[in-house]
Amino acid sequence: MTSLLILDFDEHGIKQPSRSALAAAAKLGEVHGLLAGAGIAAAAAAAAQLPGLAKILVADDAAYANALAEPFASLIVSLAGQYSHIFAAATAVGKNIMPRVAALLDAQPISDISDVIDADTFIRPIYAGNALATVKSSDAIKILTVRASSFDPVAPTGGAATIEAVAHAPGPVQSTFVSAELSKSERPELTAAKIIVSGGRGMQNGENFGKLIDPVADKLHAAVGASRAAVDAGFVPNDYQVGQTGKIVAPDLYLAVGISGAIQHLAGMKDSKVIVAINKDEDAPIFQVADYGLVGDLFTILPELEKSL
Amino acid sequence: MKLLVAVKRVVDYNVKVRVKSDGSAVETSGVKMSMNPFDEIAIEEAVRLKEKGIATDILAVSMGVTQCQETIRTALAMGADRGILVETDAALEPLAVAKMLKALVVREGIELVIMGKQAIDDDMNATGQMLAALLGWPQGTFASKVEIADGAAMVTREVDGGLETVSLKLPAVITADLRLNEPRYASLPNIMKARKKTIDTVTPADLGVDPAPRLTTLKVSEPPVRKAGIKVGDVAALVDKLRNEAKVI
Repeated sequence: MTSLLILDFDEHGIKQPSRSALAAAAKLGEVHGLLAGAGIAAAAAAAAQLPGLAKILVADDAAYANALAEPFASLIVSLAGQYSHIFAAATAVGKNIMPRVAALLDAQPISDISDVIDADTFIRPIYAGNALATVKSSDAIKILTVRASSFDPVAPTGGAATIEAVAHAPGPVQSTFVSAELSKSERPELTAAKIIVSGGRGMQNGENFGKLIDPVADKLHAAVGASRAAVDAGFVPNDYQVGQTGKIVAPDLYLAVGISGAIQHLAGMKDSKVIVAINKDEDAPIFQVADYGLVGDLFTILPELEKSL
Repeated sequence: MKLLVAVKRVVDYNVKVRVKSDGSAVETSGVKMSMNPFDEIAIEEAVRLKEKGIATDILAVSMGVTQCQETIRTALAMGADRGILVETDAALEPLAVAKMLKALVVREGIELVIMGKQAIDDDMNATGQMLAALLGWPQGTFASKVEIADGAAMVTREVDGGLETVSLKLPAVITADLRLNEPRYASLPNIMKARKKTIDTVTPADLGVDPAPRLTTLKVSEPPVRKAGIKVGDVAALVDKLRNEAKVI
C-alpha cells in the first residue's frame, strides 16, 4: 500500500499545507510525492528533502505551469494505478484538482480530512465544522484532501528521496492561464503563520488596518487576517479572509480584534492554540472561545499593545 | 446558449445545527431548509447572463426528496426558466450527483453549467469539478468574475494568494464563489410567475445512474467545545499572560 501525495509549491519551496498533508499520508505507510510544473528543478530538490517521502515524481512540462485542472488531473490519473491513496492538501490547487481526479477514477473524493483512522476510514468536518463525520470509503482508490491545520507539518528537511521524471501527454488544450493578481507581502502566509492578527468590522476602514493592525503584526512577525465582514466591507482583499468560506487556520496565537465572532469566522480559527479577543462589546461571542479577552476600545488598545511588545 | 444551474436544498445557514443523540447524522427534521447560498449566487449569475442576451434558457436542477421542488421554485422565481427534480430518498454523494447532472446536460443540450462551489451541509466542494471531469469539459472553480465572449469563458478565480484568471473553451463548468455577485430577492410578481413554470420529475434510474453511496458514515459527533478563558484588565496584563502563562510571544 503506497500513497501518492500531490505537492504544492512556490518560489520558496514546498508549501506548508503540503507538509501537513504528508504527515497525514505518512500514517498509512510509504508515500511518493508528485510535483508538476514548468522549470521546477529547484522545487524538486526541496521536495526530495522532505522526511518521509520515498520517491518524488517530477512532471516538468509547460502544460503543467499554473496548475490548470485539466492537464494536471489527467497526469495524476495516468499515475494512479500504482497507488491505494492519493492525497493533496486542501489548498486552492488541491480543492480544484482532486475531485476531478476522483471522478475520472470513478471514486467519491473525501474532502478536507482532519484525521486518519485507518486505510479506509477518515474524519472530516461538515456543516462548517459544527459536526465531525467519521466516514469509511468502499472505493478501490481513495482520493483525499487534507485540512492542513489538523496535522503538524513534517520538517522541511531531513529526508533523501529519489527523483524520477515522469511524462504524460497532456491532451488537448481546454483552458489557458491568463493572469494572476497575487497579494505581495513580506509577512508569512496566513495558513503557515505561527501568529495571526485579524481585524473585523470594528476596524471601521482599510486605513485602520494599516495604521493599527500592521504595526502589531510587524512586532510579532505575524500574518494579517480579517473577518468576512471586514472583507465584504472592502477594508482588505478577500485573500485575508479567515473563516469557513476563507482560510482555515490554526496558529499558536490568534488575535481577533474588533471581530464579533460569527459562526462562520469561528469555523476558520477555533483550532488555534491560544485565542485573544479584543472587543468593546463584552457580550461578543468571540469571548466564548477566547483564552484571554480584553474588553475595550481597539483604537487605544492596539497602539498600547504595539508599544509594549 | 442553454444553461444548467444545480441547486441544493440544505439546512438554512442561520440554523445552529445539532448532532442527533444517536450520533448518526445532523438533525434535519423540523429544521428550516433553504437553497444552498452558493447556488443562489450561481442562479443570479445565470440570470444576469440571460439579461445580457448570452443565455437563452436556464434550467434549474435539484436532486433529492419531493420538497426539493421548493428549492427549484426559488430558482424559478429568481429568473430560471424551467426546472427538473431528480426525485429520490437516497442519500446522494457528489459522484452520483455529477453522473446524473452529466446525463441531464447531454439530454438537454446544455452548453454551460454554473453551480455553487460547495454545499454548506457536507462541505465537499466537489460536484462541479466532478461534472466537468465526466463531461470532459474544462472547469472554472471558485469564480469571482465571469465573462462570456467568442466561445470562451473568462473566469477570475479566488485562489490562496489572491486572484487568478483563466480562459475556458466552452462548453464548461463554472463554480461560484462568494463574491461573484449579490443574489437578488425574488419579487412577489416573479414568485407568482414562477408558479406557472414547469418542473419535470425524473428518477436516478431514468438517467441510468445507480446512486449507491461509496462512503458510509460511521459516526457524526460534536466537535470538542472550546472553553471560554478569562478576561484581563488591561494591555499589560494581556502581554504578561501571553509571555509568561501561554508562552506564545
